[in-house]
Amino acid sequence: MTFSLSVILQAIASGLMIGGVFALISIGLTLIWGVMKIINFAHGEFLMIGLYLTYFLVTQFGMDPYLTILITTPALFFIGIGIFQVSIKPILKHPQMNQIMLTLGISLILQNLALVLFKADVLSVRTRYTGINYTVGGVVVTLTELIAFFGSIIATLALYYILKTTDIGRWIRAAAQNPTAAILQGVDVRFTYLLAFGMGSACLGIAASLLLPFYYTSPTVGLFLGLIAFVVVVLGGMGNFLGAFVGGLIIGLTESLGAAIMPGSLSRVLTFGIFVLFLLFRPQGILSKRQS
Amino acid sequence: MRRYREFLIPVVVFGLAGFLPLFLKTYYVHIGILILIWAYLATSWNILGGYAGQHSLGHGLYMGIGAYASTYLALNFGLTPWVGMFVGMAFAAAAGWFVGYATFRYGLKGAYFALVTIALAEAAVYVVSNWKAMGGAAGLEVKYLGTNPFMMQFDGKLPYFYIILVMTLLAVLTAQWLNRRRFGYRLIAVRENEEAAEAMGVNTLGTKINANVLSAVMTAAGGTFFAQYFTYVGPRVVFGEMVSVQILLFAIIGGLGTVWGPLVGAVILVPVAEIARAELGTQFQGAHLLLYGGVLVFTMLFMPKGIVGLVKSVRSRIWKTPDDSVSAPAPEGGAS
Repeated sequence: MTFSLSVILQAIASGLMIGGVFALISIGLTLIWGVMKIINFAHGEFLMIGLYLTYFLVTQFGMDPYLTILITTPALFFIGIGIFQVSIKPILKHPQMNQIMLTLGISLILQNLALVLFKADVLSVRTRYTGINYTVGGVVVTLTELIAFFGSIIATLALYYILKTTDIGRWIRAAAQNPTAAILQGVDVRFTYLLAFGMGSACLGIAASLLLPFYYTSPTVGLFLGLIAFVVVVLGGMGNFLGAFVGGLIIGLTESLGAAIMPGSLSRVLTFGIFVLFLLFRPQGILSKRQS
Repeated sequence: MRRYREFLIPVVVFGLAGFLPLFLKTYYVHIGILILIWAYLATSWNILGGYAGQHSLGHGLYMGIGAYASTYLALNFGLTPWVGMFVGMAFAAAAGWFVGYATFRYGLKGAYFALVTIALAEAAVYVVSNWKAMGGAAGLEVKYLGTNPFMMQFDGKLPYFYIILVMTLLAVLTAQWLNRRRFGYRLIAVRENEEAAEAMGVNTLGTKINANVLSAVMTAAGGTFFAQYFTYVGPRVVFGEMVSVQILLFAIIGGLGTVWGPLVGAVILVPVAEIARAELGTQFQGAHLLLYGGVLVFTMLFMPKGIVGLVKSVRSRIWKTPDDSVSAPAPEGGAS
């Protein structure tokens, strides 16, 4: 096994690029957890919906993959709030495990619905962006990865801006900190939950459009990406926005460096190993302070 | 007398079920075996998930350990799976103790515990996939020897049916036994209110670890049977997320923390799923999992106590008997 510097540098570059997308995916999950303490086990499957939607918009209607953001984002927003209204809202006050089981059921439904509708084929797209790369000091970066990375950062900053400065953002943060106090201050907490769930899902629409040009979609794509999102969210501290971003980059780097220096799929063991170690020794995440 | 009656009911029910295969076609015996496998695994899971209230989403880990241990030992050392099963159970006990100690020691519960268990089972998938001696991603095949009771192999389905029938009966009796034992009361105390249990002098950490070990050991034995019956083990097949989900599915739909819930859940769902798979499987792969997902969502929305819980509360409403079904724990960390 050779660990040449260029291999490592290449792995770091690719790791950061995909890490940016992991971060965006995870921010949706951490937003939902932070506001209503629900772990959406169907998060990966929502992303899968976005990926299929992007795929069909590109292949059937010849849309530019990055223009599909204008459709996938609102689509995922409304799918999110639709599912929230029908299934999650009625059991908001039930034990947390019931909510987890419910979203697990939703993920089973979506995943196997995709299997029934689209078969198990792995689908990817070729667009006019495919095949364009830049070489900087021996490190090759593809245009699609680069767009995904910066697109994710812009989306993250936009969401951060919304949460920090707008009324909606203030409602969401108030509902996250103390729902009862928020109600007393006149915040419509139920509506805020709905919005937060929709926004968390909408992140996946953006992520899907950015991801597909250099990734793929299949009925089980959400299984792996969903697990990655859990890993990132725990790493960053559940509900911690910036933590999820840093966590996304870390896991992107781990995956890519691990794949460069470890044989076969052993790098996955590294990823899950980091996850378990964090859960055991720092369940509050890298950035958060330990709660008393 | 009442004490023995509780144990007599399962023995009679399973004894009567033992006559069923004599009247059934082979295919239905196969479905019966599937029902019992999942009922057995779900009953094992229920001790930790239902009684102690710690929802493991990674029981595939223990099932895989049991399946791989006996298969590996039989292939490489010619060890009979009857003994290999106990070796697997010993490994699962160690794994269960470690997982329990590592997680409960740091007070992980609820969603966090669920996430750790998923991650561990998923890590196991990748470890085994890269482990040459364990057959890597291709898995291990049980060498087919024809009927050989010593190696737990049979040509027909009947012997398998009776093995898993006895195993499930033992699991149900264990659950029934827990209902009247201090250990069982401790489990329920931990589930209902851990702080109060601790204040009453219950060693909650030890109780939860023991529950994890017992549940893991029982699950591993199911893994060995699974490997012998399907004569194949693969990383995804036994450690995978779908296995872990199915294990808990029947317990939750049947009725969490009840003796009969996991069995009822499996008896109702497995045949429907199998028919869906047989009828639609070629055209619509995943039809049975779609069904499972739908039933799980329905259960959580309309009868969170599962089928047995529902029956109990309806019965208590009609006959005005005290409702001894599982009372829902107070929402923890839930939004108000």
